[in-house]
Amino acid sequence: MALVEIENLSVEFPTQGGIMRAVDGVSLKLEEGEVLGVVGESGSGKSVTMLALMGLIPFPGRVKADKLTFNGRDLLTISDKERRQLTGKDVAMIFQEPMTSLNPSFTIGFQLTETLRLHEGMDRKAARRRAIELLEQVGIPSPESRLSAFPHQLSGGMNQRVMIAMAIACNPKLLIADEPTTALDVTIQAQILDLLMTLQKERNMGLVMITHNMGVVADTAQRVMVMYAGQIMEERAATDLFASPQHPYTAALLAALPERSEGGRLATIPGVVPGLYDRPKGCLFSPRCAYATEHSRNVRPDLRPWAGGHIRCHYPLGDPNRNAEIQHDHPVGTEAAS
Amino acid sequence: MAAPPFYVQPMLRFILTRVSLIIPTFLGITLLAFFLIRLVPGDPIETLAGERGIDPARHEQLRKEYGFDQPILVQYGIYLSRVLQGDLGKSMITQEPVITEFAALFPATIELALCAILFALILGLPAGIIAAIKRNSIFDHGVMGISLAGYSMPIFWWGLILILLFSVQFDLTPVSGRIDVLYYIEPITGFLLIDTLLSDEPEAFWSAVRHLILPTIVLGTVPLAVIARMTRSAMLEVLGEDYIRTAKAKGLSRFRIVALHALRNALIPVVTVIGLQIGVLFTGAILTETIFSWPGVGKWLIDAIFRRDYPVLQGGALLLGVVVMSVNLLVDLAYGLINPRIRHTR
Amino acid sequence: MTTETMEAPAVAAPTATPPHPLREFWGYFSANHGAVAGLVIIVAVVLVALLADVIAPHDPNATDTALALKPPFWQEGGSIAYPLGTDPIGRDILSRLIHGARLSLLIGIAVVALSIIIGTVLGLVAGFFRGLTEIFIMRLMDIILTLPSLLLAIVIVAVLGPGLMNAMLAVALVILPHYVRLARAAVITETSKDYVTAARVSGAGTTRLMFREVLPNCTAPLIVQASLGISTAILDAAALGFLGLGAQPPSPEWGTMLADAREFVLRAWWVVTFPGLAILITVLAFNLLGDGLRDALDPKLKR
Repeated sequence: MALVEIENLSVEFPTQGGIMRAVDGVSLKLEEGEVLGVVGESGSGKSVTMLALMGLIPFPGRVKADKLTFNGRDLLTISDKERRQLTGKDVAMIFQEPMTSLNPSFTIGFQLTETLRLHEGMDRKAARRRAIELLEQVGIPSPESRLSAFPHQLSGGMNQRVMIAMAIACNPKLLIADEPTTALDVTIQAQILDLLMTLQKERNMGLVMITHNMGVVADTAQRVMVMYAGQIMEERAATDLFASPQHPYTAALLAALPERSEGGRLATIPGVVPGLYDRPKGCLFSPRCAYATEHSRNVRPDLRPWAGGHIRCHYPLGDPNRNAEIQHDHPVGTEAAS
Repeated sequence: MAAPPFYVQPMLRFILTRVSLIIPTFLGITLLAFFLIRLVPGDPIETLAGERGIDPARHEQLRKEYGFDQPILVQYGIYLSRVLQGDLGKSMITQEPVITEFAALFPATIELALCAILFALILGLPAGIIAAIKRNSIFDHGVMGISLAGYSMPIFWWGLILILLFSVQFDLTPVSGRIDVLYYIEPITGFLLIDTLLSDEPEAFWSAVRHLILPTIVLGTVPLAVIARMTRSAMLEVLGEDYIRTAKAKGLSRFRIVALHALRNALIPVVTVIGLQIGVLFTGAILTETIFSWPGVGKWLIDAIFRRDYPVLQGGALLLGVVVMSVNLLVDLAYGLINPRIRHTR
Repeated sequence: MTTETMEAPAVAAPTATPPHPLREFWGYFSANHGAVAGLVIIVAVVLVALLADVIAPHDPNATDTALALKPPFWQEGGSIAYPLGTDPIGRDILSRLIHGARLSLLIGIAVVALSIIIGTVLGLVAGFFRGLTEIFIMRLMDIILTLPSLLLAIVIVAVLGPGLMNAMLAVALVILPHYVRLARAAVITETSKDYVTAARVSGAGTTRLMFREVLPNCTAPLIVQASLGISTAILDAAALGFLGLGAQPPSPEWGTMLADAREFVLRAWWVVTFPGLAILITVLAFNLLGDGLRDALDPKLKR
C-alpha cells in the first residue's frame, strides 16, 4: 500500500476575475521512505498540491479529487478532529520562510514542546527533555539555552533547524519540505539539505522536497515530478529524468542549470507562466515551447504513461516519430526545431 | 541559572528612552498653556491671579511675582517652575488651588473612564475576534455595521437618547449625578464603587452602580467601536501569517490557534489602539459628564469656561494633557512588555 | 469533472484582459455596499443643502409660540404642515434640519479644506527640508495629537470666544496633524524614488518638485483622509455647538439645535431625536465613503 495516493486533484480559488485553478488534475503515488522532488517555477502549484494533502488550503480555496489517501486513510472524508491527529504527527511540513513561520511571541521551547505535549501526551519535563534531544539532532549548539530564546534572536538557518526539529518531533511517516533552503544563505543551504537527507535515511521517512531548483532535486530525490501552471508535465525516476528529459519544459529547465550551460551563456525559457487572464486553450506550455504546433496549441495533452513514468506532452523528446508528427501538425514554435 | 535574565539591560534602556521622549511633549503642553492664557482678553495679571479689581499695590506686587517686568522667556521659566511645584494658580470663583479641585474631582472621571474602557473591552474584544474568524458572515457584517455607527455616534446625542429610553420611558436608571442624594459617603479612595462597599450602607453601592450604567455606555460606545474594528483587522492580518499556517500544520485545535497563537500577536496593535482611546475617552468624558451632571473634571472644565474661570481652564487642561501623556507612556511601555521583539532589541 | 474554465476564440490568445485601473477601482468600490450607500446619502445631503430654500416648507427662523412643541405628524396633535414637529418656540424642525445640512456640509468642507491646505504645505516643507524645520513641525504636531482633540478645541474656543468661525478654526487645527504626517510620509517615500531624482537631475526647482511631482502621488491617501476628516469635523463642530461653544442660537446648526432642546428631553422627544439622527447619518455616510475609498485605493487590502 502506498503512503500517499492522489488521483486527479484540483484546487481552485475564486477571484474577482474568475476562478483561478492553482492545481489541475494532479495524480501521484508515494511509497514509504521514498524521496520525491517536486519542481516548478513559482505559481506552478507545487506548494498548493502539498498544502491540499495537509488540509491547509485557506478559505475560499476548494479542493476536489477522485482519491486522496494517506497511509490508507481517506483524507476526503476524514473528520477535522481525525485530521488534526494526523497532521503534525504522521505528516509534517516545513516552510520556505523560517523567520516568519515561527510565532514571534513565543519561545522556541514553547513552540517545540507544544507538538510533543499535544500528540505524544508528554508532561512538561518529558517534553523539555525530548525538545533538547531534538535540537541536538538538528545540530543546534547549546540546545538548553536556546529553549528560552525567541525566533527573532536566532538566524534564519537556526530557525529552519528549529522548524525541522518541530516537524520530526513525533516521528512522522511523511515530511513535506516546501522550499526549505530558498530563503537561506548558500552556505547554509547545503547544511540544511544534508540534515534533511540524514534524518530521512535514519528514520526511513517519506520526504517530499518542493523546490524551483533542479540542482537541489538532483542531489536528493529518487523520483522527480515537474509541474507547470498547476499541471504535472513530467514525472519519472530522477536518474532517468536528468539523463534524458522527455518533456521540452523539463529539458529547458535542465538547460537553464549553470553547470549545464553551453558556450558560457545561461539558457533561459522565454515568456512567463500563464496567469488567470492568458491561460492557453491547448497545452499550457505551448506559448513558450520551441516545438509547439497548431495541434498542441488547440488540444490539451493528457497525462500518460511514458518511459517508466508519466508525461503530459504530444511530442515527447524521446519519441522516434516526433519529427514527423511535428511536421504534420504545422510547427509554430518560438524557434525552429533543429 | 542564577545570572539575571539577559534581557534586563535592553529593557531598562527601552524604558529610559521612552520616558525621555515625553519631555519635549511636556514642555510643549506647558508652552501652549502659558501662551493661551495670555490670549485671553482683559488684564493678564488679574486673569492669572484669579482676582478681579485688585488694588494697585497688590497689582504691582503680582506683576513682579509673575515676572511681567522680565523677558517672556523668564516669565515662562517662572511659570514652568511653579507648575513643577504643583502650583497651578487658584480658581477665580472658589479661590481654591486648581490642583486641589482637580484632585478632588479626578477620581469621579477616572471611575467613569475605567468603567467605560472595561465595557468597551469586554464587548469589543470578543466581537472583533469572532467577526474575524467568521469573516463575511452575517455576524461579521453586523458587528462591522454597528461599530461603524458607534464610531460615527455623536455621543452627546446618544446620551440624551439613552436617557429618553431608559430613564423617561422605562424609569430604569437615574438621569444625573453619581449617587442618590440621600446617601452621604465619606470619600476614602474617591471611587464611589469602592467607597460605598466600605461604608455601612449596602444599598448605596447599588445606587452608585445604577448611576454609572448610562454614562458608562455613552462614554464606552466610541472605544467599543474602535476596539471591535481594530481587533478584527489585527486578527485577520495575523490569521494570514506564516506562523498560523505552521500552527495548523502542527495539528493544533482551532481554538488554541485562535486564542493563543493568533490572539497573542493580534493584541499588540490592539493595546496601542486602546492607549490612543484614552485621549478620546477624556474628550468624551467632557461631553458625558456635561450630559449626566457627573461631578468630574470634564464638567468642571466646561463650567469654568462659562464662569470665565481662566486659571481653572489653564490648569485643568494642562493637568488633563499631562494625564493623557502619562497614560500614553504607560501604554507604550506595556507595548514593549508584550512584544518580545521590542523587549529584546535596541 | 474537469470543465474548461475559459473558452478562447483564438489560438493561444489571451482569454480575457485585465480591467482598466479606473474600472477596477469602481469594481472594488461598488462591491462595497456600505460605501455606495454612503455616497448616495452624501449626494442626497448635498442636494438638500443646495436646494434648502426651495424644499424647506417653512422659514427656519420663523417663530410662532402658538405652535410651540407640536409633535411629528404621525402623533396625536401633530400636523402634516410640520412633519417632524416644532421646537419650543414654534420653529419647524424639518426646515431647520434642511438648513442645518447646509451649515454642516459647509463646516465639514471648509474645515477640511483649510486643514489640508495648511497641513500639506507643512508636511511638504517638513519632508523636503528635513533637519530642524522638520523636527519643529513634527514635534508640534505630536503635541497636538497627544492632547485629546475636543479638549484642545474647547480650550482654543474658550480663549478665542465662542462662535462658529472660532469653532471651525479650532477643529481645523485639531485635525491638522493627520494631513501633515500624511504629506510628510508621502514626500519621504516619493523623494527616494527614481522619478523624483530624475526630475531633480533635470533641474526642477524644489517648489516645482513639491507641487508638480510629489503632491499628485499622495492624493489617494489624502482623499481618504479628507473623507474621514469631514466626518470628524462635522462631529466635533456639532459637539462644540452642543456645549454652547460653536454656532450660536438661533443658528440651525444641528449641535446647537440639540443644546437648545436638551431641557425638553423629558417632554418632547422629537426636538432631541431628529437633529442627532441627522448628525449620525451624515457622519456615518462620510465614514462609509472613507472606508470604501480606502479599501478600493489601498492595494495592500486587495485580494
